This record gives sequence, structure tokens and C-alpha cells, in this order.
Amino acid sequence: MRPFEYTRAASPGEAGQMAAAPDARFIAGGTNLLDLMKLQIETPDALIDISRLDLAAIERTDDRGLRIGALVTNADLAADPDVRRHWPLLSRALLAGASGQLRNKATTGGNLLQRTRCGYFYEPSARCNKRMPGSGCDAMEGINRMNAILGGSSACIAVHPSDMAVAMRALDAEVETLSADGATRRIPLGDFYRLPGEDPSVETVLAPGELIVAVVLPPPHGGWQTYRKVRDRASYAFALVSVAAAVRLEDGLMRDVRLAFGGIGTMPWRDQRVELVLEGKAPSDKLFDEAARLLLQEARGHGHNDFKIPLTRRTLMAALRETTASFEEETSA
Amino acid sequence: MHDVTLTINGERRTVALDARTTLLDALRDHLGLTGTKKGCDHGQCGACTILVDGRRINACLTLAVMHDGDTVTTVEGLGTPDDLHPMQAAFVAHDGFQCGYCTPGQIMSAVGMVGEVAKGWPSHASASLNGKPELTEAEIAERMSGNLCRCSAYPNIVAAISAAAKDTEASS
Ligand SMILES: Cc1cc2nc3c(=O)[nH]c(=O)nc-3n(C[C@H](O)[C@H](O)[C@H](O)COP(=O)(O)OP(=O)(O)OC[C@H]3O[C@@H](n4cnc5c(N)ncnc54)[C@H](O)[C@@H]3O)c2cc1C
Ligand code: SF4
Ligand code: FES
Ligand code: FES
Repeated sequence: MRPFEYTRAASPGEAGQMAAAPDARFIAGGTNLLDLMKLQIETPDALIDISRLDLAAIERTDDRGLRIGALVTNADLAADPDVRRHWPLLSRALLAGASGQLRNKATTGGNLLQRTRCGYFYEPSARCNKRMPGSGCDAMEGINRMNAILGGSSACIAVHPSDMAVAMRALDAEVETLSADGATRRIPLGDFYRLPGEDPSVETVLAPGELIVAVVLPPPHGGWQTYRKVRDRASYAFALVSVAAAVRLEDGLMRDVRLAFGGIGTMPWRDQRVELVLEGKAPSDKLFDEAARLLLQEARGHGHNDFKIPLTRRTLMAALRETTASFEEETSA
Repeated sequence: MHDVTLTINGERRTVALDARTTLLDALRDHLGLTGTKKGCDHGQCGACTILVDGRRINACLTLAVMHDGDTVTTVEGLGTPDDLHPMQAAFVAHDGFQCGYCTPGQIMSAVGMVGEVAKGWPSHASASLNGKPELTEAEIAERMSGNLCRCSAYPNIVAAISAAAKDTEASS
């Protein structure tokens, strides 16, 4: 690890001002940043420790939504009684990620900003535009089994690895931030991440020193929800493909369909065309297949990850069958 | 250098550390507590699991300076050879190890995990997110998936944790 100056921030405002300096970084749980610093993939000059700031509350908003402080741990969020009951998709996605120990440290803000697990990003001798802009991308022709089939560019096909962010994308979350100059803003999660384009080293719309203070969820969706994650091991592995699905059934018709995907996109993926195809219709395998075709029409495999295309189709079908099963049970009775 | 004060296994100790020192290296190299093991040093194996303010974490992925003022429990603070903690005794009784390298991490993780179950936390293996979780074999395997064992002593590890958890429940 390279030497750095360490400061424990006394307030969110102070933290932002200190982190606005070039090569300064916030540190929250540290489970991603320290991992990368040990490998000298991240080499900050200054670490601003935000872990003691008063940003760890989970509270209901005036409109029955939920405001999750940036420092709420993944473990506490997954176990929160209100989240379990009213946003079960979020609990499920969190519980499908990392390990018990890591979830006790990992924070809501840090989870959103965790970096890709692309093997070449982690290998200093490899060419990687995300780690070293302009150097090339060894994943393109290399071992790209874990890489993206949607949202890639000729510069980068790295997957955003978060499970939590996929659930939050489906739940229409917004990110609340505090800028170094004291201004606050709310960014819909759909506008928060950037596609890799020509410079995959820039991953979000956050400015230097802009601190995530909370994630805000709208009122509960109220329908059937599931998070289906397919991975190489039964536990403690990143997603090959994951599907977050929420559907309400009204008189046998699907309403308010929300679908988001992990493991396949360069950002937590959502495609509203797919939801619109299902909206207001009766569930059927034929329709689910049409939805999958729409989702995957621009999907591109790079060799080792070609399998993700049929796997995504099957995982989406399974998630839709699961969330609409109450309807099948009703009609089969 | 930073002065870092920790309450470790009930004893207050202050050490001067470079900011880069992980909590794991502080324990092993600066405080002489080598019971906590280093496997991967990247959060992947669980050998370094300790309790901080009662919660299990990977000591290798956090900085000691970030924990100034915190309360740490390591395997040395759990029990003594003459007076083993029930989880330690269960690992002995059920042969929950071969080489023993992963064992302190397994035991610390298991103690933390049983506490999480007592608080009603669900897991990925729980059929329902609500209601009281039951510590079945599948639940133990899922909740302990952050602790790897190269010797693959898993069946006996699960048996030990299952027995210790039942005893704890019976006595509470
Ligand atoms: C072995 C292993 C397995 C894992 N498996 C999974 C998995 O299956 N699924 C999954 O989703 N994740 C997984 N993870 C990743 C884990 O979820 C992340 O490491 C964690 O969520 C990061 O949170 P943190 O608080 O520790 O972030 P940190 O490491 O503290 O920070 C990460 C980044 O976010 C920035 N940051 C942190 N907080 C803020 C804030 N409030 N405002 C602005 N910037 C901020 C930091 O500057 C840094 O750049 C795994 C990690 C490991 C080590
Ligand atoms: S896919 Fe992206 S992260 Fe992976 S090597 Fe290419 S540029 Fe780097
Ligand atoms: S040494 Fe910490 S998890 Fe492996
Ligand atoms: S007993 Fe040898 S690694 Fe677990």
C-alpha cells in the first residue's frame, strides 16, 4: 500500500471539502477501497474517513418512502424489519451478496461505488482502460467469462458487480448527495452511472468531493418481488446473471412491472421497453419469451461470456414465473 | 504515526501505528495476538474474522486507525485452555478442523453468526425473511460461507456450530 494522509472527518461538510482535493478518497467500510489499495490499483494521497459520521439511520420519509443513510451497513439494511416487510427485494439482493462478515462492514454508499471485478482490472500487468485510460482492454480478446453482454463499448466491457444496486434500480431509488461547495442534489439511480464509452475510468456522475449522504426509496411497490442470482457457487460469489423483479397482479393482469439485471451490464441494467411489453397483460411463457428477446436484442457475447445470453433469458423467465405464480395458483385451483 | 487505543479482550491498549496498518496486522505484529490468522489478506477466506463491538468482520480489510476507541474480541479473548468458550469446546468435541489454520476465524465467525440469528436476521437460505430463523445445516452453510477451509472440514464444522448453537439456545 502506498502511504497516504489519514483524517477522520468531523462532519459531512468537512469531509466533502477535504475529499475535493485531487487524489483524495472517502473511506467508509473500506472493503473495496482497501482491497484495491493493497494491489496499488487505487493509490490515494489522502483518505477521508467518513465511517463515524452520523449517516447511519433508516427512516420513513413523509410520503411513506424510505431514506437509507449512506453509512447503513449492508447487514443492517438487509435485516431492517421495515425493509424485510415492504422492500423484500432489497433484503434478498443484499443477502445474496458477499459474506456475513463483509456485509457487517460494507455500507450503502460504498456498495453503490464498488469497482468492477474484471480480472484484468485487478492485474497491474494487463492492459485496462478503466485502470489506465488509453492502455487498451485485455478482456476484449481474453478471458471474458464474467464480462458484460450489454452496455459495453470498444473501450470496456466490465460488469458493475453490485447486487444491492440492481435491486435499488428496480425500486426507483434516488441518490442524495452533498457537494464540496455545500450544495445538495438528488440523482435518480438510472442517471447515476455512466456507460463506459471512451473513458471507462469515469463511472458515475459524481463530482470530486461529492458525498453520498443517503439513498431514498419511493413508497413500497406492494407486489410480488424476487431477486434471482445465478453464480458459480451456491454462496459467496458474484453474479453471472441476476434478475430483480417486482410485479403486481390485478385481475390477472401484470401491473407496475419492474425488472433490473446484474452480471450482464456495464451498469446495473434496466430496460423499460421490456417492462412495457408485459404491462397490463396476462402472464404467459410466450409473453415472457418476447420480453427476454427484447431485452437481449442488442446483447453481444465476446466468446467466453456468450452463455450469458441464453442464461439471462432463462433466469428472466424463471423470475417472472416466480413473481406471477400466485396468479397461476389461483387459476389452476 | 497515529496513536490507536483499542479495548482488546477486555484490556485497554494503545499502540503507535502507520495509517496503512490493517487491524489484522496491528493485532498480529504490534499487539502479539497471533491467534487471528492471515489467509488471503483480501476479504475472501475469513481466517482473520474477529468481533468489533460484538459484530464479526474481516480484520484484513479495515485499518486499525479507523477503529480507534473500539472494542475488539479475538479468539484469545473467547476462552482459555482450561475454560473453553462453548463454541471452542464444540469444535474440539466434533473434530471441527484438520490443520486448524482456519479454526480461529471459523470460531469467531460462528460466535458472531449465532448472535445474528438470535437477533432474528434472515439469510439467503431462509425461506421467509420474517419470523424466527432456524439454524438448519443449509442455514449454517450459507451464514458461514465467508469462512473457507482448505482441509474441507466442513461437515464437522457444521456439526460443531449446530451443537454449540443448540446449547446456547437451551441455556438462554
Ligand atoms: C470477497 C468479496 C466478495 C464480495 N461479494 C460481493 C457480492 O457477491 N455482491 C456484491 O454486491 N458485492 C460483493 N462484494 C463487494 C462489497 O459489497 C463491497 O466491497 C462493499 O459494498 C463496499 O462498501 P464499503 O463501504 O466497504 O466501501 P469502501 O471500500 O469504503 O468504498 C468504496 C468506494 O466508494 C467510495 N465511497 C464510500 N462511501 C461513500 C460515500 N458515502 N460517498 C461517496 N463516496 C463513497 C469510496 O471512496 C470508494 O471509492 C464482495 C467483496 C469482497 C471483498
Ligand atoms: S473490460 Fe474494462 S475493466 Fe476489464 S480490462 Fe477491459 S477496460 Fe479494463
Ligand atoms: S485474511 Fe482476511 S479474509 Fe482472508
Ligand atoms: S482445518 Fe485446515 S484450513 Fe480448515
